[in-house]
Amino acid sequence: MIPAAFDYFRAHTIDEAFAHLQQHGGDARVLAGGQSLIPAMRFRLARPAVLVDVNAVSEFDYLRINGQVLAIGAIARDSDVERAPWISDRRWSLVRDVSRVVADPVVRQMGTVVGSLCHNDPAGDWTATALASRATVVVRGKSGTRRVPIDEFLVDSFATAVGEGEMALGAEFPVPDDRTAGSYQKVERKVGDFATAAAAVQLSLNADGTIRTAGVALSAAGPTAVRVDEAEKLLVGQKPTAELLRAASDAAWKRSAPQADLRGTVEYKKHLAGVLVARGVRQALARLGVQA
Amino acid sequence: MKVRVKVNGVANERDVEPRTLLAYFLREECRLTGTHVGCDTSSCGCCVVVMDGTRAVKSCTMFAAQADGHEILTVEGLAEGGKLHALQQGFWDQHGLQCGYCTPGMLLTAYALLKHQSKPSEADIREGLAGNLCRCTGYNNIVKAVQQAAGGAQ
Repeated sequence: MIPAAFDYFRAHTIDEAFAHLQQHGGDARVLAGGQSLIPAMRFRLARPAVLVDVNAVSEFDYLRINGQVLAIGAIARDSDVERAPWISDRRWSLVRDVSRVVADPVVRQMGTVVGSLCHNDPAGDWTATALASRATVVVRGKSGTRRVPIDEFLVDSFATAVGEGEMALGAEFPVPDDRTAGSYQKVERKVGDFATAAAAVQLSLNADGTIRTAGVALSAAGPTAVRVDEAEKLLVGQKPTAELLRAASDAAWKRSAPQADLRGTVEYKKHLAGVLVARGVRQALARLGVQA
Repeated sequence: MKVRVKVNGVANERDVEPRTLLAYFLREECRLTGTHVGCDTSSCGCCVVVMDGTRAVKSCTMFAAQADGHEILTVEGLAEGGKLHALQQGFWDQHGLQCGYCTPGMLLTAYALLKHQSKPSEADIREGLAGNLCRCTGYNNIVKAVQQAAGGAQ
């Protein structure tokens, strides 16, 4: 279907984009990669009256390691991440994994990381990754720019902390330390499908081999991606063992609250959540040279 | 709104509605029907064109307005001076198509792939084409065609 008619504004600066959004409020949507928004408009699931195209805002076109954070601008494409010069560094293994399984390779050449976070699809890949990475989203509002932790950013399915007339400027992923690795585990029916279930894991180790920090999150396991707090608490401070992995896996199973659909039953998806967290932890550890 | 797009080196200026998708701009405004519309919602890859020389995009999931001021390459622009592009020759020689519906998208996706990786492995090619569906060939001959083109480009 052809989308419903809308007014189109092309912004060239952040100020210009923000002014359009302030003027049109809830009627307006930001058009970045458009790889979720345009299909939604074509199915008439979304009918924004105004689109503010930010693809020409060069201030948004960055992907760089800035001291303590990886800063991702609002129009940095998934494929930019996939091809980043640092992407093969073990510390970024979670981000590397996810950058290769978001949608399909052509969609990734348009789709953006920040757009995916803002879309907040229950089965999104970047949302779970952002949770496990403890990322932050930079949001501009009327009273200025604020940094929103991802846990607060993901409000509900297709809803975020970005209010009417506001705009996400970018995302910040903390730079992991040397003894950090991660893993993204996704089960999909075919390339480009939404996840049937997915798990994002990021672990860092202490010098004595105990787990220093743990990020564990699930996608396609509820209204939004969710952090598996209980698994994180279980893992931190412990030496990895088969028993510990089983406990983390059980916590993921418990935390997962998926919807049944053509991709699988609730029981199947919950089972996968547990299996994928165990696989993710095991792979992250293997990347750190630890067997469990 | 006025949209100016350089398609295969030719400037095209048209007055279109903002909701005009690039695929329809190319087919109906520029009369270049080599860009096919399959699923029409970014799943199949039949409509892939190349923007600004290196980026493969699904033209059914992009507004013509977003291509304003940019250069688009479609399947009609691949051959030069009556000589098939190495990818087209590869598809010909390796029997990389049957019905031909997915072929333009396959060609343009592979074109962008080779711009980023001049010597892709078989796995790279299979991965790079994973967003393009073909219901005839079983893909093997498409992969061989791209391998031939990559070899010939050395």
